[in-house]
Amino acid sequence: MANIPENLRYSKDHEWVGVDGDTATLGITDYAQSSLGDVVYIDMPRVGDKFAAHEAFGSVESVKAVSEIFTPVAGEVTEVNDGLNDTPEKVNSDPYGAGWMIKIKMDNSGAADAMLSAEEYEEYLSTIG
Amino acid sequence: MSTDDLKRTPLYDAHIDLGGKMVDFGGWNMPVQYTAGVIEEHMRTRTKAGLFDVSHMGEFWVEGEDAIPFVNRLTTNDVTKLVDGQAQYSALTNENGGVVDDLLVYRFDQDKLLLVVNASTTEKDWDWITSHKGSENITLTNVSADYCQIAVQGPLATIILEKLTDTDLDEIKYYHFTVGTVDGVDAIISRTGYTGEDGFEVYAASDNARKIWDDLLDAGYYGTDAGILPAGLAARNTLRLEAGMSLYGHELSDEITPLEANLGWITKLQKGEFIGSPKLADQKERGIERHLVGFEMTDRGIARDGFDVYVGDEKAGYVTSGSPAPYLKKNIGLAFLPVEFANVGQEIRIDVRGKLLSATVVPTPFYKRQK
Repeated sequence: MANIPENLRYSKDHEWVGVDGDTATLGITDYAQSSLGDVVYIDMPRVGDKFAAHEAFGSVESVKAVSEIFTPVAGEVTEVNDGLNDTPEKVNSDPYGAGWMIKIKMDNSGAADAMLSAEEYEEYLSTIG
Repeated sequence: MSTDDLKRTPLYDAHIDLGGKMVDFGGWNMPVQYTAGVIEEHMRTRTKAGLFDVSHMGEFWVEGEDAIPFVNRLTTNDVTKLVDGQAQYSALTNENGGVVDDLLVYRFDQDKLLLVVNASTTEKDWDWITSHKGSENITLTNVSADYCQIAVQGPLATIILEKLTDTDLDEIKYYHFTVGTVDGVDAIISRTGYTGEDGFEVYAASDNARKIWDDLLDAGYYGTDAGILPAGLAARNTLRLEAGMSLYGHELSDEITPLEANLGWITKLQKGEFIGSPKLADQKERGIERHLVGFEMTDRGIARDGFDVYVGDEKAGYVTSGSPAPYLKKNIGLAFLPVEFANVGQEIRIDVRGKLLSATVVPTPFYKRQK
């Protein structure tokens, strides 16, 4: 079973968001990393880039495939996990920890409230098999 | 297509038991990887051993006194050069010189050849071969479903397989084979593979597949850090790409000639006429216009199959296979380029989803094992 921490919010595109005040930390879920397989490259935005909700902010590439990553919340990138350039495999081994991707200063600090809870995301996963 | 409609090899249950992630591959339900993941499966094959189910490939017997002339008329390589117990890499070509499929031709004796073809083209090849039978005195038999094919590849392949056979494996040279027993059952043991490593491909009756598979895993200490790993289609692809080998549907197709795809070495125009040979001779004389090359990304980024290749600002060709190379730890690929640019050291750019990223043409194979 996929690991789904209680304290995070989720999108149907399999991103997770951790909220601290008006800052959101983003990454991809355990389900997403498992579906992708071994991650070898992450194309990430720069600090200062602005994104609308549901806009692609980068891409994750595994040996076999590439998939875009979307930000569920609108805002400005304040930090990028540069460590993933050298150790992209952390997205596989620790998707909710060392595998975080970016931090965003949210335009609307309540934006993540509309996202799926852990329970709702787990239910969603069961519907997509 | 629902997964229920997909064909299964006799090792389907084994793949499920081993945690294989099953995908549709040319109508077959096959493991793309197992629990270790593609990188570990790839690395283990290079450093220890990998086990591959290739039972989905097709096998046809060609028997009768005209077996050699018949196959020689349909394929590019020279079948008359084979001796008993030898295998040959070759290609079936159409009248335009395009590749119907690439294949292995095994000579059992002068009246008996085995053709081993790609899985997704098995039916097409069977139709092609049977429809091109002329007055030759031969019998063709499609035994694709009757055989399993299991590949054990890597530096430990010999010592693993040795535990299951009385055959002296050291006596089997590269691209040779023998008929013997593996795990107590009749088998064809062939020193061939698609990984760039030493290794064997074992053919046996399908009923024996599971027993041979499980016993090879045991013999290779599967489950230990230095043991054999079952390897899926993803590792099979990255291994063959590092070794610079072609994959049908990518580097080869009905519209690509073997001369364009660096297979001049199996295109024996001097051997006498074969299907497509006049066009190939003509192409060789005029000079080919495009050539398959290897490239290495110099910018960060991964080229994928089908991406456009630019020389300067001009679109010049396309990527046939592109991937990270787990052993080389580079991003590599094969591409078709106009012959004037198909030189080692040529700087090219690849359109990676709208960004033009730099790459350099490099020699192939990308990886060559230490002997």
